Formats: sequence, structure tokens, C-alpha cells
Amino acid sequence: MRYRTRILIDKLFKGIFKTTGFLVLALLGGIFAMLVYNSVSFFLDIKPLDFITGMEWAPTAKVPKYGMLPLIISTTFVTLGAMIIAIPLGIGTAAFISEYAGKRLKNILKPAIEMLAAIPSVVIGFLGIVVVSPGIANMADLPNGLNALNGAILLAIMALPTIITVAEDAIHAVPNAYKEASYGVGATKWQTLRKVIIPAAAPGIIAAVMLGVGRAIGETMTVLMATGNASLIPSGMFDSVKTMTATIAIEMGEVPYQTTHYYALYAIATVLFFMTLFANLVGEFFINRFRKYHAV
Amino acid sequence: MKTKLSAENLNISFGDKQVLKNINVSFAEKEITALIGPSGCGKSTLLRSFNRMHDLSPDAHINGILRLEDLDLYAKNVPVTEIRKRIGMVFQKANPFPKSIYENIAYGLKINNLPHDKEVIQKALEEAYLWDEVKNDLKMPATRLSGGQQQRLCIARAVALRPEVILMDEPCSALDPVSTLKIEELIKHLKKKYTIVIVTHNMQQAQRIADKTVFMYLGEVKEEGITSDIFNHPKNEMTSNYINGHFG
Repeated sequence: MRYRTRILIDKLFKGIFKTTGFLVLALLGGIFAMLVYNSVSFFLDIKPLDFITGMEWAPTAKVPKYGMLPLIISTTFVTLGAMIIAIPLGIGTAAFISEYAGKRLKNILKPAIEMLAAIPSVVIGFLGIVVVSPGIANMADLPNGLNALNGAILLAIMALPTIITVAEDAIHAVPNAYKEASYGVGATKWQTLRKVIIPAAAPGIIAAVMLGVGRAIGETMTVLMATGNASLIPSGMFDSVKTMTATIAIEMGEVPYQTTHYYALYAIATVLFFMTLFANLVGEFFINRFRKYHAV
Repeated sequence: MKTKLSAENLNISFGDKQVLKNINVSFAEKEITALIGPSGCGKSTLLRSFNRMHDLSPDAHINGILRLEDLDLYAKNVPVTEIRKRIGMVFQKANPFPKSIYENIAYGLKINNLPHDKEVIQKALEEAYLWDEVKNDLKMPATRLSGGQQQRLCIARAVALRPEVILMDEPCSALDPVSTLKIEELIKHLKKKYTIVIVTHNMQQAQRIADKTVFMYLGEVKEEGITSDIFNHPKNEMTSNYINGHFG
């Protein structure tokens, strides 16, 4: 009897855990299906190619225009800008924590960086409006600083914790034997870092960057607050931009239910989904390669 | 014989743990000296103190004087990179860089601003008895070589810098007997040009290759002398027990 109860409980929990596991899969599949289903309704009206390459986003005009190219370019501008700032800063910080910082400093820096990740995006957006934006306006002599550069700086701050943490893990995981070999032939710390440690950690660092990109592309609240939201094709970092995420967030609240405009926002979400999915897959690919390489 | 490398009143501790106690030892030029003793007796610690590898561990405390001829290895004005160039090291586990065979040798040369053309690299590989086996695959990743080949590559990497001393930390402990024999041949041949200090757990190996042997126990040098004397007529009881396999 005892034995049978035990077996029964064992089976019961197997069932429960199986259910929770599949539930997560079902959620992901459900979200994806919803996006695609609503997007299809949109693409029955507007051809996908026209949607992606259209130069104008004016869904509320008399003759509505559904071209998302300005939005894609805006997202690209802001993300690229963010990465140009965050990559050197992130890798530098990771290298410092892993190779140079003493134990005590490390114990302060690592939690501090994790705290940075815990700041709500709306707070970062607020910071953008009251601090960064006026600063940019002053320096570049603009009427206001709500533009792509502002968004890029803020997104850089938000992507930094991800980049630093993953890159630091990668650098830290480089076998000590490589370092000893390098020091053993008379290399300095910098030479060792640049020519041995960073190349050996490269797959992990690329993964870190791609995860940062995924974070930046998907971020909504901060860019919505900080970039000015003008849905025109920007010509530079000082132009106001409206990213894909911000467009969805702003327009979803006002759009009439089940109109072409409504479905158009789903279509944007689907494109966004694939963009972040791609960034994350590339990141995961390199993380796996990195693991394999170090298992040998 | 001229003394090449020496330690005077050397004490090393890691945190609270004293690993070496008042070591006085010297190594003669162009000879092979074997450091033997049970695990944890401090042989590797002593070896690594000569090219300042302990600089990398912040809790290491080193007292005493270490010299390469007359040069004080721990003097403030002596750059550590210069010391490591003059005193090369081969580690217990072969540790080639994850680069090509060619790049593995070229790395140290580039770092030290030395010429790194093909002749220099060929010469280093020849000296390490590896050239004939790899001359057609210089672009191949070094990690694809066998364990013994990797270790000879590491020796070639050290030799390429034309050091004066080569420190070897149990270079054969992870190798099969055939590879071990090849490396022993190589070490004996390197003796003509370089002073060699080798840590080994293998007492037959010490007898086969070493001119002098130093026996260490619990952080102290218990006995040192000509290898055949140490093994045939040990003066210290501890040495005799160790070489006869009573402990270790």
C-alpha cells in the first residue's frame, strides 16, 4: 500500500510538471499564433512588401499609408546607436571586473550592475526627458533633445547590465592555463587581455552583444518617452524618431477595433517578434558554441 | 660550475599558510636539476617563484632573495616581463593557445618585439623535435595535436624566446610513456644551451635525466646533490624513505 501511494505521487508530479512545461510552450505558441492570425488580416489588405518598404506611416490620414520603413529605420538607428555606446563600455567594464578589479571592488561592482538592470524603464525614460535630452539640446543647439541620440543613450544604459554580465562570464571562463601561458612568455596584462583572453572569449562576447541588441530592440517605454515620436524617415541621430515598439504602444490605445490600422499594429508586432527572435537566436548560437569550445 | 639561479632564505606563504620555509638552493648553469618530493611539499611553488608567477596571486607573500646570476628577480626596477622572457616556463598540462601552431610560437616573439619570420619559428620547432611532424600543418589549430606534441609545442614556444633558464613543472605527468621518452630526449638535448629546473613525481625520470636532484619535504629542502648520490647513498632518512617508496 505504502509503495503504491509512493508510485502514485511520483506519477502525479510527473504529470504536473509536464503540464507546466507544456503550458509555457503553449503560451509562446499562442502569442505567436495571435500575432500571425491578426497580421494575416492586415496582409489581406496591404501587400507585405508594400508594408515593409513603404516610406510613409500615416494610418490616420485621409488616404491611410501603411509603410513601416520609417519605423524600422528608427528602431535600427536607436538600437545601433545604443550598441555603439554600450559595446565598448560593456566589454571594458566586463574586462575590468574580471581581470583588474580587486576582490572588494568586484563585490561592489557586480551587484551594482545587477541593480542597474532592476531600474524600471519608465524611470530611465524620465531621466532621458529631464537630464539627457536638455543636455543634448544644449550641446547641439537644438530646440529639444527628444531624438534618436537620446533614445540610444538611454537604451545603452539599459542594455549594459546584460552585456556586462554575459561578457564577464565569458571572460571569466577563459581557462587560467591560457593566461599563464601568455604571462609565461613575458606578455603584459593588456597584451594578454587583447590577444589571448578576448579572442578566446569572443563567442561569449558576441552572445552578450546580441542579447543586448534583443533587449534594445524590444524596449518600449523608454524610447516612447525619449525619442520624440515623429514617424518620418530620420536623416541622422539628431532627428526625432518613432520606433516600432513605441508606435504599437502609442497607437494601440486609440485605434478602432478590427480596422486595418488595428491589424497593422499586429503586423508591426510580428516583424518585431522576428527581429528579436533573430537577435536572441544568434546570441544563443554563440553561447552554445562558446560552451562547446570550453568543454573540450 | 657557475650558479645560474639561486634562492636565499626564501619564505613563501599564501594567506596564513606557509608553503616554503627558509629555502636556500642554487642551480648550476647548463645542468638539469630535478625537484622531487611528495605532493604539497612546495616544489611547484619554489619553481614558480623564479619567474614570478606568484605575482598573479594577490595573497602570496614572498620573503628572501631570488637571483638570476646577479640580478635580483624581485627588485623594484626589474620588469617582470623581462624576467619571464629570460626564464621560460613549461606547465604541467600542455597549454597551447587556441591558435594555429605557427601563431603559438609567433605570439611570444611578437609580444617581445622579436623577429618572427618563418626561419625563427622553424628553428624553434626543430629544437623541440616537432618540426618534422608539423611542417606541413603550421596553420592547423594547435589543439588538434596529440598531448605529447602539444607539450613539445609549448617547449618550442619557450625556446623560441632564447631564454637562459627553462622551468618545467611536471611536463610529462599527463603523457604516455612514448611521449614522455621523447620529451626526456628533448630535455637532455636542450641542456646544451639552457639551464633546466624540472619538477617531477617520477623518480625514474629524475634518475634518467637530471644531473642534480633536490629533495623537498613539507616546504623545506631536505637534501640536494648529484642525482646518483641522492638515489644511491641518501644521507637523510626522509630522502631514503621517499625514494624507496615508503611514502609519497
